[in-house]
Amino acid sequence: MDLAAAKVIGAGLAVIGVIGSGVGIGSIFSSFISAVGRNPAARGDVFTMTMLGFALVEAIALYALVIALVILFGT
Amino acid sequence: MAEAGAHSPLHVFQIEPIVPIHIGRYDVSFTNSALLMVIALVLTTLFLVVGMRRQALVPSRWQSLAEISYEFIANLLRDTIGNEGKRYFPIVFTIFMFVLFGNLLGLMPYSFTFTSHIIVTFALAICVFIAVTLLGIARHGLHFTTFFVPPGVSPALWPLLIPIEIISYLSRPISLSVRLFANMLAGHTLLQVFAGFVGALGLFGILPLAFVVALTGLEFLIAFLQAYVFTILTCLYINDALHLH
Repeated sequence: MDLAAAKVIGAGLAVIGVIGSGVGIGSIFSSFISAVGRNPAARGDVFTMTMLGFALVEAIALYALVIALVILFGT
Repeated sequence: MAEAGAHSPLHVFQIEPIVPIHIGRYDVSFTNSALLMVIALVLTTLFLVVGMRRQALVPSRWQSLAEISYEFIANLLRDTIGNEGKRYFPIVFTIFMFVLFGNLLGLMPYSFTFTSHIIVTFALAICVFIAVTLLGIARHGLHFTTFFVPPGVSPALWPLLIPIEIISYLSRPISLSVRLFANMLAGHTLLQVFAGFVGALGLFGILPLAFVVALTGLEFLIAFLQAYVFTILTCLYINDALHLH
């Protein structure tokens, strides 16, 4: 198989990993909404942890993206 | 990624020497990346020094902002580490401001995001990692190795869990650096790609333009969020080193 074709296919397969991030972010914000729904006064503290959790989960999607870029453009 | 005759969207990450300096075989030029780092340093210093010049009891707007940034990090340290956190305030505040201004300055037109290069973020992350590990070893000596033993686990599982714990500890600088680098890289690449569509679509270019505006707003949020996450993870690692679980 052509190297360029293999690279493109590999990059496409690698990006499938961002699915996990989609599930994770939905889960985090679902918990946040439930928590604020049960106890609106806790909004400030819970929001801080939500943002931290969001950034950590988003990072996983970006790891997948970086691997895809390395496959596509690496030497 | 270069289309026929068009700029590659990755051209915005190109490092260009401004003042070429060569020592022997090494290229230590003053680059656009270095210039932005100096600008970030100058802006942070100005922000705090000029903001606190009046030192009024009822703060003006600028002084208020300077005090808010101080309190933000001081509270973060107190919440994650406890009262001992105060001695780590200078390094944590420096890291936060450096990463924050690095991310924000990249959003100015014709500017350069020095945090979008893995070497910069990796240098920061590895410095944090080595400093925190040395802190843990200095504080606890050989007892630091009990950090890799998860609490409340029967010794039968140790041969399986301890290598996993060690590997996840060693992956900290990698995750810390790649998180910041990939966020900045992806954000700016996306902006460049959609900005390319604006000219190409003619009249319908208003749609990608609106998207680019919204995306730039998101990028400001991400700039702040990534600086915050880098800082809070640094604080959590310091807490791990000091309090071993």
